Amino acid sequence: MAIEHLPSRPGAPEHAGSALSRRRFLQVGVAAGGGLMLGLRLPFAGDARAADADGFEPNAFIRIGGDGQVVLTMPYVEMGQGTYTSIPMLIAEELEVDLPQVRLEHAPPNEKLYANPLLGVQATGNSNAVRGAWRPLREAGATARTMLVAAAAKRWNVDPASCRAQSGEVLHAPTGRRIAYGQLAAEAARMPVPENVALKRPEEFRLIGTPAKRLDTPAKVNGTAVYGIDARPPGVKIATLAQSPVFGGRLKNVDDTAAKAVKGVRQIVRLDDAVAVVADHMGAAKKGLAALVIEWDDGPHAKLSTSQIASELETATLNPGAVAQDTGNTDKAMARAVSKVEAIYEVPFLAHATMEPMNCTVHVREGGCEVWVGSQVMARVQAAAATTAGLPLDKVVVHNHLIGGGFGRRLEADGVIRAVQIAKQVDGPVKVVWTREEDIQHDMYRPYWFDRISAGLDEKGMPVAWNHRFAGSSVIARWLPPAFQNGLDSDTTEGAIDLLYALPNVHVEYVRVEPPGIPTAFWRSVGPSHNVFVTESFMDELAAAAKQDPVAYRLALLDQAPRAKAVLVLAAEKAGWGQRLPDRVGRGVSLQYVFASYLAQVAEVEVSKDGAVRVRRVVCAVDCGTAVNPDTIRAQIQSGVIFGITAALYGEITLKNGRVEQANFDTYQMLRMNEAPAIEVYIVQNSELPGGIGETGTSAIMPAVANAVFAATGKRLRKLPIDPAALKQSP
Amino acid sequence: MAFVIKVNGNSHSVDVDGDTPLLWVLRDVLGMTGTKFGCGAALCGACTVHVDGVATRSCVTPIDSVGSSEITTIEAIGATAAGAKIQKAWLDLEVVQCGYCQSGQIMSASALLASNSHPTDADIDEAMSGNICRCGTYLRIRDAIKQAAQSSGQGG
Ligand code: FES
Ligand code: FES
Repeated sequence: MAIEHLPSRPGAPEHAGSALSRRRFLQVGVAAGGGLMLGLRLPFAGDARAADADGFEPNAFIRIGGDGQVVLTMPYVEMGQGTYTSIPMLIAEELEVDLPQVRLEHAPPNEKLYANPLLGVQATGNSNAVRGAWRPLREAGATARTMLVAAAAKRWNVDPASCRAQSGEVLHAPTGRRIAYGQLAAEAARMPVPENVALKRPEEFRLIGTPAKRLDTPAKVNGTAVYGIDARPPGVKIATLAQSPVFGGRLKNVDDTAAKAVKGVRQIVRLDDAVAVVADHMGAAKKGLAALVIEWDDGPHAKLSTSQIASELETATLNPGAVAQDTGNTDKAMARAVSKVEAIYEVPFLAHATMEPMNCTVHVREGGCEVWVGSQVMARVQAAAATTAGLPLDKVVVHNHLIGGGFGRRLEADGVIRAVQIAKQVDGPVKVVWTREEDIQHDMYRPYWFDRISAGLDEKGMPVAWNHRFAGSSVIARWLPPAFQNGLDSDTTEGAIDLLYALPNVHVEYVRVEPPGIPTAFWRSVGPSHNVFVTESFMDELAAAAKQDPVAYRLALLDQAPRAKAVLVLAAEKAGWGQRLPDRVGRGVSLQYVFASYLAQVAEVEVSKDGAVRVRRVVCAVDCGTAVNPDTIRAQIQSGVIFGITAALYGEITLKNGRVEQANFDTYQMLRMNEAPAIEVYIVQNSELPGGIGETGTSAIMPAVANAVFAATGKRLRKLPIDPAALKQSP
Repeated sequence: MAFVIKVNGNSHSVDVDGDTPLLWVLRDVLGMTGTKFGCGAALCGACTVHVDGVATRSCVTPIDSVGSSEITTIEAIGATAAGAKIQKAWLDLEVVQCGYCQSGQIMSASALLASNSHPTDADIDEAMSGNICRCGTYLRIRDAIKQAAQSSGQGG
């Protein structure tokens, strides 16, 4: 299967609509050049219009051409989670074609469909591509199959019921006749559109649930895969930049005499708050940048520090916030409780540190602008480039590329804006490449959060009241303002409300506090990456207060949540929960329901005498509904776990005098091969709606590790990252 | 100043400062973008190439230190026995996620396999811990190296 990167202009493929369906969410017609075309709408987070038949506008298209190729154009992008493989499986399954017969194209940005911020935004940012596509794509495949069979039956003058579809052909068993889809596509487009199609039952699946090979892999092992940073339009120059080290600061003065003398340096570009060196190659650009003598005006945040931000958040949690959940009567229950447990939790700012540093290539010409980038939000990129270049939207062409790690970073267009600002001053195309230091020091960060949480326990130690208030930034409020309502958004509170446990009285409040000058963004889930750490660590505290086993304690609260109970039991059993471990080694558990998937983890950690934590083994049990591609699910959970361990052990962005203190992988450490634990993933098979998976492993592992450290040392960790000094064995 | 370097068997003359890192000569001057930039400071391994068969971080290798050494990059590693086995194992075990780090991973792994046909876990840690994978593909990398080693044992 080829993956094509389309330029942005052509808009939606043509669909003549000779047989416009009455089916509400599917358009069927003749494709340009003959053939069968189906237009459908894949849902996105916050997409209100999907429910409105009058406003139906397809955002994904399936084209079956005369050559029998099935081409799917869809708005989801591949970032390494295997979306490009799992999604075609859904069509191939119902259409009865083999996987290689399906080819995928990136949907171009389409201002009509995506300009509304409520639309087309979160598809690949929220673990939900397969979930969203699950029903519509299978229905579309089944519809096309039914029409192809009908066309064949008409041609042969036989009953459609005597024909069946298989491997891209229609067969008529009684006479042994067969005909390929390609030859039927044009006729099929003129067949009546079936009102109802039967979808396969799970036991009939031949592709879904089998480990399919990733289709995007071969190019990634031989150097031919083209990421944004690899774009090389003819004549491209390379630029690198220094942005004001303090957020909100300005460029005061630059002496570029020495920089201009560097061989290969072509130009110095000055912006209000940044300076860039344009050169023949990155080596010269970096050397030129180092040779600049730059004076900054640090501006209003010159003295900002992390401790100041933390204390502002702490103060904010003394005041009421927006009520995210209020079940029962928490005050009353708390007053009657036999005992009370209270805690304060804090989690730090985090950078994304995608392996591919930020970059964007731009060519601004008279009356037009071309952009080469790897992005999860093409329409946003196009709009940002147009605004910055001062051009109408239709004068901006965006070429999308593979993404060297997203994790939320490539849901933002800040890098594109910066590159266009620079390109406006450059004659010809310029590729702006952030050094790793710039990438880390000018990221948009996972917010810092400060939490106060308390619980009242009954005489048996079971929770009767749960009170949680936390303060921090809302990414949604900036990124998707209409989705932030009454002081709340669904992302910030996910994992803090509607917990799986039987808790009769729950009160949860969120106080929105934006850190001064510091941009925040999604980070491999945002809300859950924080909330699950707090709630699952605190649940462990309650079990300890009740002097009960953490797994047994949770199980006692899960009678109403059988799927959650099942994954917890499975993870505990596979991990050998309860079996003896050596000194300073412990197991910790976590359980979560986020992104519509259930995940239980047991982490086994070893704490050295000097306090260093090593995660030795992680056992995961997941119920994500129908497991479309189990191999991808395993890989994604392993990936999330590693990402989360990095955060738990090392992840922290701190500010001093307004400057980010971390710069490269020596000061912003990543988990490495020699530290990676064994990770086992057990998948609970069922036929429920698929849940998201890409971000789940990350949120679940942080409390599992912290709880394991408690089991190993008796020290409760309420702040991340883990501070080894606090875990030193006293002599 | 002009330097003549030998990359994947071909000689190229490049006119850059002597302290220019090999990485940028490969990517920006010669247009061979398979070798990746991750940190520029020998901290991540994304830029790994072979210099006379030795895994080398090209981001800190000045062009004037290369001399007449044979440079091999990801684009040509499949032509070596170890490289071909590693690439095959990578595909068989579905190692890759976003893929950005994988050029470097494959270059480190094939240098390991070429010099040590049966690496232990400790050998793998030693050879591979300089390569960061933000997507966390370490477990599959380890398994793939072992599988490639096994195929070496069988097929020579
Ligand atoms: S780019 Fe050379 S080691 Fe990271
Ligand atoms: S596969 Fe994405 S960084 Fe390794």
